[in-house]
Amino acid sequence: MANRSAGARTKDPKLPPVAVDPAIIEAADRRWTPLKIAIWVAIALLGGLSWVMLAVVRGETVNAIWFVFAAVCTYFIGYRFYSKYIEKHLVRPDDRRATPAEYKADGKDFAATDRRVLYGHHFAAIAGAGPLVGPVLAAQMGYLPGTIWIIVGVVLAGAVQDYLVMFFSMRRGGRSLGQMARDELGRVGGTAAIIATLTIMVIIVAILALVVVNALAESPWGVFSVGMTIPIALFMGCYLRFLRPGKVTEVSIIGFVLLLAAIVGGGAVAETDWGVALFTIDKVPLAIGIIVYGFIAAVLPVWLLLAPRDYLSTFMKVGTILMLALAIIIVRPEIFAPAVSEFATTGTGPVVSGTLFPFLFVTIACGALSGFHALIASGTTPKLIQKERQTRFIGYGGMLMESFVAIMALVAALSIDRGIYFAMNASAAATGGTIEGAVAFVNGLGMTGVNLTPEMLAQTAKDVGEESIVSRTGGAPTLAVGLAHIMQQVIGGSGLMAFWYHFAIMFEALFILTAVDAGTRVARFMLQDTIGNVIPRFKNTSWRVGAWIATAIMVAAWGAILVMGVTDPLGGINTLFPLFGIANQLLAAIALAVCMAIIAKRGYFRFLWIVALPLGFAAVVTITASFLKIFSPVPAIGYFAQNAAFREALAAGETSFGTAPSVEAMNAVVRNTMVQGILSILFVTLAIIVIVTAILATIRAARRGASESSEDEAVPSKVFAPAGLIATPAEKEIQKQWDALPSPPKRGGH
Amino acid sequence: MTVVDIARGIRWYVRGIMGEDAYEKYLAHVAGEHGGGAVPLTEREFWRDRTDRQDANPEGRCC
Repeated sequence: MANRSAGARTKDPKLPPVAVDPAIIEAADRRWTPLKIAIWVAIALLGGLSWVMLAVVRGETVNAIWFVFAAVCTYFIGYRFYSKYIEKHLVRPDDRRATPAEYKADGKDFAATDRRVLYGHHFAAIAGAGPLVGPVLAAQMGYLPGTIWIIVGVVLAGAVQDYLVMFFSMRRGGRSLGQMARDELGRVGGTAAIIATLTIMVIIVAILALVVVNALAESPWGVFSVGMTIPIALFMGCYLRFLRPGKVTEVSIIGFVLLLAAIVGGGAVAETDWGVALFTIDKVPLAIGIIVYGFIAAVLPVWLLLAPRDYLSTFMKVGTILMLALAIIIVRPEIFAPAVSEFATTGTGPVVSGTLFPFLFVTIACGALSGFHALIASGTTPKLIQKERQTRFIGYGGMLMESFVAIMALVAALSIDRGIYFAMNASAAATGGTIEGAVAFVNGLGMTGVNLTPEMLAQTAKDVGEESIVSRTGGAPTLAVGLAHIMQQVIGGSGLMAFWYHFAIMFEALFILTAVDAGTRVARFMLQDTIGNVIPRFKNTSWRVGAWIATAIMVAAWGAILVMGVTDPLGGINTLFPLFGIANQLLAAIALAVCMAIIAKRGYFRFLWIVALPLGFAAVVTITASFLKIFSPVPAIGYFAQNAAFREALAAGETSFGTAPSVEAMNAVVRNTMVQGILSILFVTLAIIVIVTAILATIRAARRGASESSEDEAVPSKVFAPAGLIATPAEKEIQKQWDALPSPPKRGGH
Repeated sequence: MTVVDIARGIRWYVRGIMGEDAYEKYLAHVAGEHGGGAVPLTEREFWRDRTDRQDANPEGRCC
């Protein structure tokens, strides 16, 4: 790893080259040696075979390994050919230009980071609960639609968005998406983008919190072990602050060991009477607990809770994902689900309502196309990139890895029995929350090959150390059962299933709580900035009172939606999750619209389709889904249709309707559907404004020709580093010249 | 490549991803920029400053 220290060098005018000659890159790309041809033919054939096994050869079962091969081969081809095409025609990076990490270097926020390290860093920042939850819920439509969307979607849409946003933000000194929207789309489009970002953040935090509440409710084991993460993080924070500053890996390992102890201890606690009495908590008090926690966590200093938990979360995330990937390859589970289930066309699925188009594409957002990434890909990561050409590896490649996480989540969810899957994911309103109710409901769905028995549910609950697994909606418990099912075949056997289940719950809860905390903080700053336009004092973010007020407003906003979700008589997740996906995809549409305006201003009209394609798709999907949510006459889909149905029932003097057993519950449905409907209208209106202003900006640029640019001025680079994961021969040659330079002045300290 | 090299590589990578090498990078930056003239923050000061700056500039975490 000789190129590790290419960052800091003396400023000699006779430096070796800082970039590989584009002609050499071009020549290397075009030189097809027999070995290179053989490798790519093999990848293409294996990928093709895997797709045939998944899509055409549909036996009784399909092996999970085909999902892995289909995904990985397609990613390789997309990365090698499509992302290079985008790089060549649309992005046109120039390694002779310094990146913000070089020309703004401060050793702190702007610090050139090795591309391989930054890849891991960026991946840990973008991958969270989203790619784990969406595919689980979408598994009700069968394995094929979700698989195709995750793999094809990432190559043509998600990775393109991440790559472009990262590059454009880097060319602008690491500017945020909101700032870029203001620069490119003008005042109206920019303001709409910022309001949309803020509300989307609230929705996303609320629904992530809902996933945690659903996973922990009635689970003393889960509540204890996840609750223990708070004192563990506080301890780690104090350790880093006072005992051994900067010993991040050391404290993370200590924290990880304590975490494992908390999981094992949770099992013991859940078997005692006092443990059950103390830690069995209903959904509503649990939701209130998370709201109070969210407020406290967001006003505490970062070093005490957020930073240490972030370390722990990164450690767990990367470790568990590697472990699951290995386990899937070793175990190669058989998948019994149909390729396409009847719910894809009828739209009556009990997990999320609606037909394949458009609802599959909003149920699976993260993993295929995730607008939220635009917030990470702009801002944080661009300030750390060493060389311009590395953005393809980090931006495009990082998103491919998240897509792979989504595929693994899908495989894990599909590997459990189909009957158990539906018993876990149908709302309590449908199953009554009892084993008998769940068995009657699932067998009543009339799916071929599904024969659920009460023993199966009782046994699975016992295996994973839970009282019941009926109607544990939200995706996290299902994924945990799937992960436990796969992992116990590698380590520990069925005796360790309960451990693996709670390990998975802990793993998801950990980074959801981090996302809740960080999301609240970011939203608070955005809100303070907005209020600051009216009351200037709010702009000062270190003003304690203002910070507390803004935090309280943001927590109240997501808290209200969370409480609405947990008390919803229709079963929170299936009514709210589409809103989460729509919000995320709308943010993607906004990010892509900003990219389109930038590309138009650069004058690359011939290749505008590269961004117009995913933008058009995201716009059609989200606007159709929103319109269905607003205007559909089917109560299960349309918020206002549901609202009208319940109001009519109330007016007719009925005391129970549908799944709402009382007048009070009926009133709750009327209230909730109204809020959800209004949010849908708000989202779709904001998105349309942003997209229209982006189209106008594009047309204006087309008339005027490429002229204006909001990029920072080009500064010549004085460093060199390879672009991809593995250095090419030409890059190694240049690296050698750099390594031959006299070493930089001796550092103090180490 | 010996076992020691591999172990060193893994250590370097883990430290990088966790952000543990931030202080070393900062020192290298200060040494390069000011030719060793300026007095850099001590390790303790640096890590305090780092989390305090995160207080003022929160970073989102993805869903």
